[in-house]
Amino acid sequence: MPFSPRIVRALLAGAAAFMLGAAHADVTLLNVSYDVTRELYKDINPAFIDHWAKTTGERVAVEQSHGGSSKQAQSVANGLEADVVTMNQATDIDLLARGGLVPANWRKRLPHDSAPYTSTTIFLVRKGNPKQIRDWDDLVKPGIVVVVPNPKTSGNGRYTYLVAWGYAVKKGGDEAAARDFVTRLFRNVPVLDGGGRGATTTFTQRDLGDVLVTFENEAVLIQRELGSAGFEVVYPSISLQAEAPVAVVDTVVDKKGTRKQAQAYLEFLYSPAGQEIIARHFFRPRLDAVLRKHTRQFKPIPLFTVDEVFGSLDQAQKIHFADGGVFDQIVVNRP
Amino acid sequence: MGAAVATHWTVHSRRFEASAATREPAWVRGILIAIALAFFALFLLLPLVTVFAEALRKGWGVYFAALVDPDARSAIFLTLLVAAIAVPLNLVFGVSAAWAIAKFNFRGKQLLTTLIDLPFSVSPVVAGLIFVLLFGAQGWFGPWLIEHDVKIIFAVPGLVLATVFVTFPFVARELIPLMEAQGQEEEEAAIVLGASGWQTFWRVTLPNIKWGLLYGVILCNARAMGEFGAVSVVSGHIRGRTNTMPLYVEILYNEYNFAAAFAVASLLALLALLTLVVKSLVEWRGRQELSAGQES
Amino acid sequence: MNTSAARRVLPGFPLALGYTLVYLSLIVLVPLSAVFLKSATQGWESFWAAISTPRVVASYQLTYGVSLLAAAINAVFGLIFAWVLVRYTFPGKRIVDALVDLPFALPTAVAGIALTAIYAGNGWLGQWLQPLGIKVAFTPLGILVALIFIGLPFVVRTVQPVLEDLSTELEEAAASLGADRWQTFYRVVLPPVLPALLTGFALAFARAVGEYGSVIFIAGNVPMVSEITPLLIITKLEQFDYPGATAIAAVMLVTSFILLFLINGLQAWANRSHGGG
Repeated sequence: MPFSPRIVRALLAGAAAFMLGAAHADVTLLNVSYDVTRELYKDINPAFIDHWAKTTGERVAVEQSHGGSSKQAQSVANGLEADVVTMNQATDIDLLARGGLVPANWRKRLPHDSAPYTSTTIFLVRKGNPKQIRDWDDLVKPGIVVVVPNPKTSGNGRYTYLVAWGYAVKKGGDEAAARDFVTRLFRNVPVLDGGGRGATTTFTQRDLGDVLVTFENEAVLIQRELGSAGFEVVYPSISLQAEAPVAVVDTVVDKKGTRKQAQAYLEFLYSPAGQEIIARHFFRPRLDAVLRKHTRQFKPIPLFTVDEVFGSLDQAQKIHFADGGVFDQIVVNRP
Repeated sequence: MGAAVATHWTVHSRRFEASAATREPAWVRGILIAIALAFFALFLLLPLVTVFAEALRKGWGVYFAALVDPDARSAIFLTLLVAAIAVPLNLVFGVSAAWAIAKFNFRGKQLLTTLIDLPFSVSPVVAGLIFVLLFGAQGWFGPWLIEHDVKIIFAVPGLVLATVFVTFPFVARELIPLMEAQGQEEEEAAIVLGASGWQTFWRVTLPNIKWGLLYGVILCNARAMGEFGAVSVVSGHIRGRTNTMPLYVEILYNEYNFAAAFAVASLLALLALLTLVVKSLVEWRGRQELSAGQES
Repeated sequence: MNTSAARRVLPGFPLALGYTLVYLSLIVLVPLSAVFLKSATQGWESFWAAISTPRVVASYQLTYGVSLLAAAINAVFGLIFAWVLVRYTFPGKRIVDALVDLPFALPTAVAGIALTAIYAGNGWLGQWLQPLGIKVAFTPLGILVALIFIGLPFVVRTVQPVLEDLSTELEEAAASLGADRWQTFYRVVLPPVLPALLTGFALAFARAVGEYGSVIFIAGNVPMVSEITPLLIITKLEQFDYPGATAIAAVMLVTSFILLFLINGLQAWANRSHGGG
């Protein structure tokens, strides 16, 4: 028989040990986050646990969940019991607000529109920059091959699209000019990878394309993982400030009685200690003192926000990325 | 009778190669083997080599470190646990469905067979989504589950359900064509000779379908452990708690931990080699039974 | 084969069928009904709009066309593969046999990344194909490669046990009656194997239609050219559009059901004609 009693007993014992795993702490928080923040929270969590033990004497444990930002938000809306959500786009928390899990004014509950750090969209080009790519105008030149993930499935791709649009507007163009600009940009994109990581692989491992458009923090990770030999970072003349918003999930913390700890956890992200850890992981901190300490790493370039150009990310989503929206129109009808 | 049954399923290619009547000319054999091996190299061997090459790119130290990481260990354990529940469930179902469909004639048989196939054609993400629609906070049973504090999705039961769904047809579909090809004369003879239904099943049917059953279970198990899409929707991705191996591979990959991602994936690939061990074991025991049968 | 007699002799029919139906309903039918009910929460017009844009229609053609082609290729090569494994001895056969299951054990995304690495312009094989003008990765051809990969075990593993089960006597009889090897294969060996082969084809096809993880890395995902239907479902979910996503899923489900039903009808016919002959 495939299952001897001994195997069954061993399995049950293992299962029991496994369920009890998280039971040491007085309180356990679940932080539901997006991809690429694992290393960040690996450092944040012990620092917060220490800080909380020192100030209150209470032992708290933090569990992590990572995945695509929108998918993670949907899981929380569908009942994943997150005490806090730490996402990479405001629309994902807006979804929770629509479901009544967080109040509509969630942005106002913490400083900087509830976004403790930001990142920005930059270029990664091949060593020596053979195609002389310096700014957004260079990406739309005929013959340049640009690698960008699919804006329909990836936050990274959405920001690239939005910053290109915003660049055209900032240069004094009207809507038609901006539309023409992004149309020409995506004409140079031969492959629409599902996510930022897929696009990175296409650019770095498959040797496809002259330039990869991605987040600053990811460009650093790429260089660290693959060595800086083959690539260099190019900062365009202007880019977008991509804000990573956070929120306490009210329905969950009220049920579990963890509001105090969850609130303190998010506030810790704004503290000098938290901001320092954030900067070490290549996200742009909000505290000036910390940012100044790391200026070599975060080249100061003019940044505009989504709200400035598009009203809000939610509106940009509806006009540009919804089915039949502007993005669909330009990619379906391209020659 | 034991020996007769044993010779019936004990397979050696020598059986076919022994006589000119069941043997192709050497050049045909050569070409067919060459085609099979070329196909094998292109579609199976190369991907496997790629996985190991990527996994070992940073050396054995990184490879083993990736596998003993606590998150990796809990993912491995969870994957084994889910498969250990899902596979037996589908095994029992598969045998019972195959018995009904292959040994009897009834109206709607083709419809039933097609319904059993259906889970394969459902995109894995949709397979996960349906359980969210049923058991999610806004789903049909969601409010009731919350009220009674029962967790299905974003917990182990949800992972099991999604896995059972995507691996649903394997055992049944493996057995049905085999049992149909075998007909029911042997079982009928056993019944006529006075064996009970269970005796007939254990002594006649089971030995006959042994290989098919084994393939079905192995495929079902491989897919149960390797499934990503459906499980991803219902998992919640809580590290150390609801992350299975394939989910863990994705997370590692997405956070630029390339070598570690492929190291965990290579472990899953090694499962395929487990087939070799199990098959050899069954074959070896079969030969022992056979020789014992001949001696008596 | 008198089946009405068999029904009288063999026990266990009510139990086996009853259990099958209950389990099928609980695990498959009830959950799948959620797809239809959710898609019905929108009006007919938005349902129709979701499933009939040119982009979605192009994705149906791509998904079903490439899936059928991949299943057909798998049927031919899978049969040869199974035949060689059952009938011939050659060095390394056990390893080859064992690795047939690899596509199932490997998470689909890993398979996609590995296949892309092999077939991309700078890959082990891609670098030789590129000068010949053959582009595999990031084209529909890449989708075909991925779908062949994930479907292969179905054909091999359904055909293999039936081939192993064939007795040598019929073939010997055919040979002694003067049939050549090809005639023997065609008239004696193929008929009993055909139902299993069709099953393998149906399963490989079904799996290919729904596949997402491996395809997404190798397809290029260009709208109207290399965008598969499951990707469109995902993009709808990404916008939190559950009714739209389930509408497309419902169309796929019905289409797949009809095609599988036809293939299974063919299989039942092959079974009968073999049993009757």
